[in-house]
Amino acid sequence: MNFKNRNRSARTDMLTYLGVTVAFIILTVLKSTGGLNRSQSGLLVPICCYIVMAVSLNLTVGIMGELSLGHAGFMSVGAFSGIIAAMSLADIIPSPGIRLAIAMVVGAIMAGVVGFLVGIPVLRLRGDYLAIVTLAFGEILKELITCLIVGSDGKGLHIIFNITGSKTADDLHLLEGGRVIIKGAQGATGTQTIATFTAGFILIMVTLLIVQNMIRSRTGRAIMAIRDNRIAAESVGISITRYKMIAFVTSAALAGSAGALFGLNYSNLAAAKFDFNTSILVLVFVVLGGLGNIWGSIIATVVLYILPEALRSFATYRMLIYAIVLILVMLATNTAQMKTLLGKLIPGRKKEGADNE
Amino acid sequence: MKKTLCLLLALVMVVGMLAGCGSNAGNSADSETAAPANNDGNPTFKIGCSGPLTGGAAIYGTAVVNAARIAVDEINAMDGIHFEFQAQDDEADSGDKAINAYNTLMDWGMQVMVGTVTSGSGITVSAQAFQDRTFMLTPSGSSVDLIKDKDNAFQVCFTDPNQGVGSADYIAENFADAKVAVIYRNDDAYSQGIRDTFVAEAAAKGVNVVYEGTFTADTATDFSVQLTAAQSAGADMMFLPIYYQPAAVILQQANQMGYAPTFFGVDGMDGILTLENFDTSLAEGVYLLTPFSADADDERTQAFVAEYQKRYGEVPNQFAADGYDAVYIVKAALEAAGCTPDMSAAEICEALIKVMPTITVDGITGEGMTWAATGEVSKAPMAVVIKDGVYVTPEN
Amino acid sequence: MKFLAYLISGISLGSVYAIIALGYTMVYGIAKMLNFAHGDVIMIGGYISFIAANYLGLPTLVSVIVAMAVCTILGVVIEGLAYRPLRSAPSLAVLITAIGVSYLLQNSALLIWGANPKSYTPVVSGTLHLFDGQLTISYVSLLTIVACIVIMIALTLFTGRTKMGKAMRACSEDKGAAQLMGINVNRTISLTFAIGSALAAIAGALLCSFSPTLMPTTGSMPGIKAFTAAVFGGIGSIPGAFLGGILLGVIESLARGYISTQLSNSIVFAVLIVVLLVRPAGLLGKYVPEKV
Repeated sequence: MNFKNRNRSARTDMLTYLGVTVAFIILTVLKSTGGLNRSQSGLLVPICCYIVMAVSLNLTVGIMGELSLGHAGFMSVGAFSGIIAAMSLADIIPSPGIRLAIAMVVGAIMAGVVGFLVGIPVLRLRGDYLAIVTLAFGEILKELITCLIVGSDGKGLHIIFNITGSKTADDLHLLEGGRVIIKGAQGATGTQTIATFTAGFILIMVTLLIVQNMIRSRTGRAIMAIRDNRIAAESVGISITRYKMIAFVTSAALAGSAGALFGLNYSNLAAAKFDFNTSILVLVFVVLGGLGNIWGSIIATVVLYILPEALRSFATYRMLIYAIVLILVMLATNTAQMKTLLGKLIPGRKKEGADNE
Repeated sequence: MKKTLCLLLALVMVVGMLAGCGSNAGNSADSETAAPANNDGNPTFKIGCSGPLTGGAAIYGTAVVNAARIAVDEINAMDGIHFEFQAQDDEADSGDKAINAYNTLMDWGMQVMVGTVTSGSGITVSAQAFQDRTFMLTPSGSSVDLIKDKDNAFQVCFTDPNQGVGSADYIAENFADAKVAVIYRNDDAYSQGIRDTFVAEAAAKGVNVVYEGTFTADTATDFSVQLTAAQSAGADMMFLPIYYQPAAVILQQANQMGYAPTFFGVDGMDGILTLENFDTSLAEGVYLLTPFSADADDERTQAFVAEYQKRYGEVPNQFAADGYDAVYIVKAALEAAGCTPDMSAAEICEALIKVMPTITVDGITGEGMTWAATGEVSKAPMAVVIKDGVYVTPEN
Repeated sequence: MKFLAYLISGISLGSVYAIIALGYTMVYGIAKMLNFAHGDVIMIGGYISFIAANYLGLPTLVSVIVAMAVCTILGVVIEGLAYRPLRSAPSLAVLITAIGVSYLLQNSALLIWGANPKSYTPVVSGTLHLFDGQLTISYVSLLTIVACIVIMIALTLFTGRTKMGKAMRACSEDKGAAQLMGINVNRTISLTFAIGSALAAIAGALLCSFSPTLMPTTGSMPGIKAFTAAVFGGIGSIPGAFLGGILLGVIESLARGYISTQLSNSIVFAVLIVVLLVRPAGLLGKYVPEKV
């Protein structure tokens, strides 16, 4: 890495912050002046959540180089712990902003802890075996959360782990004025929707700060060294497990806070939402945006999240079109012919491509 | 060179398809505005529907939307109130997709919502609609949480507890000595909800529940273990608060095992006879609580079933019937409240909330339906038994 | 007796997983890609044999053969159009393309055949009663188990004995070297997809006989389970896929019978994690140490 390259990466980082901030300002202005219709402004918070999901998954898949198919599991842990935190504190802390912040921190901590526990076995494996184990953990988390019944009242939190399926919310024996927060299969119902676009923006900025600084730091270089050549990295004294764990836990914690924000944006949320398909959806954002390319993850998330919504006028054909677009984009960006074709059409691109290789 | 050609061809094909789809969507009006606003003096309201049109639950959303479209066309052919109708896909999601679909409808200018189709999306949307003051009438979202504390949300179908209690009471009355096994889907609010009230009521009425088995969406392909366990627990009656697709698998696998308890289903069981290529002899003697029967001999049901078959080539199920009724209920309520199309969604909402508890509607899912101010419908659940491939009233 | 009943239902469920897993593992062994669309090819196979049997009135066996033919063509076309151009691309790009193909197949099926499920007529009917009817085994289960063993043996012989099979193994070891030895790599990979997809059609018919509701999403969960089974047994290994499938079915069935119907999937996945920790390359997989 020479000095010139280093400058360039710092410039890209700054541009990323700048771009996100400008987008936020424009959208906020548009929103307050009525320039956005309901469905457009309704998309803002989920897009923020998915951007954080994609950037954090990029840390695992792009920077650490390990395929994870269970990222939605961490989002789920964050979402439900965040909802529990926000709802049980509803009477103590009336300000929704502070509660949202607490929920996101709680979500991040819980998902980080789960990420650490999952990471102990997962990071011993490699390649497709690692991928299948993350998938397995994602599914296990989903089923465990489906068994949870949680309520809060004056005496604190009441939690039932409904393993036989025979318990209901009545078994919580809540005091007068208590509220049921999570109802097993039905998930969290009656959640106060306190998530805001501003919180989403702050979360993205924090995520970018953490991830980009990590990549440019000693830690990040160690992680990438492990990705590029594990044995060489080990031989110069880099602790494989430690650095992989740092990346994995950070990624899980960020996903957790995104989950908390997502969970508090909807009054009803079932654990089944965070299944394998959601993990895959985020993975698609990451791969399409480019592995290790943070800026790309953001763009890909925005485009791909809006795409099915923009295709609504195609009615039942929309998911079919989405699939075709996905395949064509993958073909277009990954085959030599299309690359040269693009290189001819867009001057300057070819040079950049050569630089990367 | 060959590869480039190949790729080019694929591209051309896809572009062609896209174009084809585009014009299709425009012409056939598959999900877009069905009837153009006609200005021959009839007041035209915009009603929207959201339900799963793609994904695993597409069958329910499609049924409701298809039937609602028939009702809209019938109403538009008459004098009086007319409707513009739009349906949006929510993929039966409880989070972002449900809200996205709802927001799209609101942008279109929806004045009354007929939806959502599924409970999970419904709970999310009804909370939002409550804040926005949009009137919503769900054809088939049966969860209590959907209408709880929301004065703007009403239901066409029974609530889950209603069905659980109704089933337990029926079994206590007619099969007092039965040993009951319950198989339900524990990651589904509908199934879990009915099971909870069923078991509570069964305990109160002294019905003997000997086995409870669960499954999830991911394990809905094999029930042999649950059936074996139920059989060895000595169950001679099986309560299935689930939809008919897994129920069809259970019937078939029980038959293969040579295990023949009396099966008892709820409204989700309706449709089992319409399952294409299903061996209806397997469903012989199945009891179910249902508000709708496609074989009913009243004129309206027959006309509806005939029209549905003509348009979509299928026998409508109970979801379709709920969707059909929902549109007529909205019409009756709008007429009773004297609403005019120039009123905003919020104004219409307040007017309809006032009249809903006062109106009585005869539909194909029940005669003389009335509503409590809570949003719950009152109609009689009807127990039927399947004999020779049709629903008949049980004799005992 | 109950234990035996659980065991048998586990083995027959496991055989379905195993047949799907064999298709997965064949493709993975040679193309080194996780073909996520495999489960959806199974669904297509189920629909085609359903249509052949019920609309065209063909006999059961013929309808399965028709389904095999259609799926074979489908598999080769998918490989040629979507995967072949990406041969030199990073494996994740291929994975995402496979996911795209999976969405494409599911949504095409939804548009063509509608959302209403169809009830599949089992390829064989009837039940075997043992011990005075205390233990019952359906002929479908027996057929599935037999078919699975036959396919496993046939595939082992094919890859071990025939020229094409040896070419496949050569490609799986080292594509470049295989090409230098005069093996047409592209054709070999196409052939692998053809065999894998034909197997998917058989799996589709058997899966739908076992669990007779046919929907556009029928293939996705069995596909994931079979993928798990293939990894469990050691991905790329044919006997491993067989063993992994059977074990997965038995564990799932026993977990449901004795521990919790609620968490049976979780238990299956937990066992998988433990096994992979002890044997990081699956039960029968070859653990290749990295060379410096």
